[in-house]
Amino acid sequence: MKLTLRIWRQKNPRERGAFVTFPLADVSEHMSFLEMLDVLNESLIDKGQEPVAFDHDCREGICGACSLMINGYPHGPLPATTTCQLHMRHFKDGDVITVEPWRARAFPVLKDCVTDRSALDRIMQAGGFVSVRTGGTPDANALPIRKKEADLSMDAAACIGCGACVAACKNASAMLFVAAKVGQFAHLPQGQAERKERVRRMTGQMDKEGFGNCTNTYDCEGACPKQINRRFIAEMNRDFICAELTE
Amino acid sequence: MRWLVNLALSSIGAKVVMALTGLVLVAFLVGHMVGNLQVLGGQEPLNAYAAFLHSKPALLWVVRSGLILAAVLHIVSSVRLTWLNNAARPVAYAVKRPILSSFASRNMLVTGLVVFAFLVYHLLQFTWRLTNPAFSQLHDAQGRLDVYSMVVLSFSERLIAGAYVVALLLLGLHLWHAIGSTFQSLGLTTPKYRRLIDAVSLLVCAVLVVGNVSMPVAILMGLVQLPAGVIAP
Repeated sequence: MKLTLRIWRQKNPRERGAFVTFPLADVSEHMSFLEMLDVLNESLIDKGQEPVAFDHDCREGICGACSLMINGYPHGPLPATTTCQLHMRHFKDGDVITVEPWRARAFPVLKDCVTDRSALDRIMQAGGFVSVRTGGTPDANALPIRKKEADLSMDAAACIGCGACVAACKNASAMLFVAAKVGQFAHLPQGQAERKERVRRMTGQMDKEGFGNCTNTYDCEGACPKQINRRFIAEMNRDFICAELTE
Repeated sequence: MRWLVNLALSSIGAKVVMALTGLVLVAFLVGHMVGNLQVLGGQEPLNAYAAFLHSKPALLWVVRSGLILAAVLHIVSSVRLTWLNNAARPVAYAVKRPILSSFASRNMLVTGLVVFAFLVYHLLQFTWRLTNPAFSQLHDAQGRLDVYSMVVLSFSERLIAGAYVVALLLLGLHLWHAIGSTFQSLGLTTPKYRRLIDAVSLLVCAVLVVGNVSMPVAILMGLVQLPAGVIAP
């Protein structure tokens, strides 16, 4: 099929960017979105032009490296799908596709569609871990955990830290990301010792990084390729309020 | 005291401020509506109710102070949050589509501003009586301020009644998102109660909108009329 791509080009973080239009013919519907961009880049390299920079790594939907705002949707219009798992069969012949980087003050554009998402890493460094010594591998079920709680912890831990929640939020808020990273420990016994400090430190770092504030619009949940539930935001709010009122 | 200010300035703390002050304002709206619905019962109950409120100045001012504090905190906090949120995305998207967000949730600032402008007009009209100074001269047979005739005279004008209806519908849109949002901000939602909370917020919204809109509509339709002796200008 034939496509017209409107892609954001920006040389470096300081210069102003702009959209550049590329016609692309012979796109196979079996290609993933990133493979389609690979084809575009091959043709650009053949013509001696600079290829479009975009983030990618595992290309199997588990690493959180790929991003891209595609036609106004983070990771494209398909729910619960990362850009690398989005296939061209979901587009039509003749489509015009707009491709932009995540837009947030906390995610400065490095080049073209690549943004610096290390703000999320700094939030993790502020408290997204358990610092007690856990020793060797424990026996299975040595520490009893309700199945429901273990499942909820795993649901939160499914977050791959791609930043789609920030990209989708009209306020560029990172609440769903932080809530998932707080929530994965809040449902496990190992997370209890540092529970109050964790929520305060991680949300404190979130505020320092210049993310916006949550207004409960839930586009984050809709954009999340791992379908992290808004319940974790409510749970984090509850934990934060309890920590602030009791400490 | 300093920890409280720091808390109110933090991302989640600011949400708590919005939620708690919003709850106070919603509680006032319910009370205000129930009191004023007495206009449907005629001149005697409404004027007696107004006279009763003014006979307890201490209580009235305690309630008013609480409301003013809640309104000021709600507005100041929302302006600050809007400023921060706009700053968090300095470059806008060329194309951006909503996914799960509702129209109401994306337009809280606009609906809030319209409701605030309406509130100022409402106070100028009925509380301070500056838009129609003649209202202060209206008194009933017992010598009480004739609130009933004041309301009926105001809403007999289509433009004013229409503006009230529009403002109330926008208030309903604001509250539709706001009430459910309050529970989320305070950390009180769980998937188990989400549908119940959504239903309750819609119900409270509907009751407030229908109840308040019924007054200008009833007057426009001639169901509520001026008492004998008061002549419309």
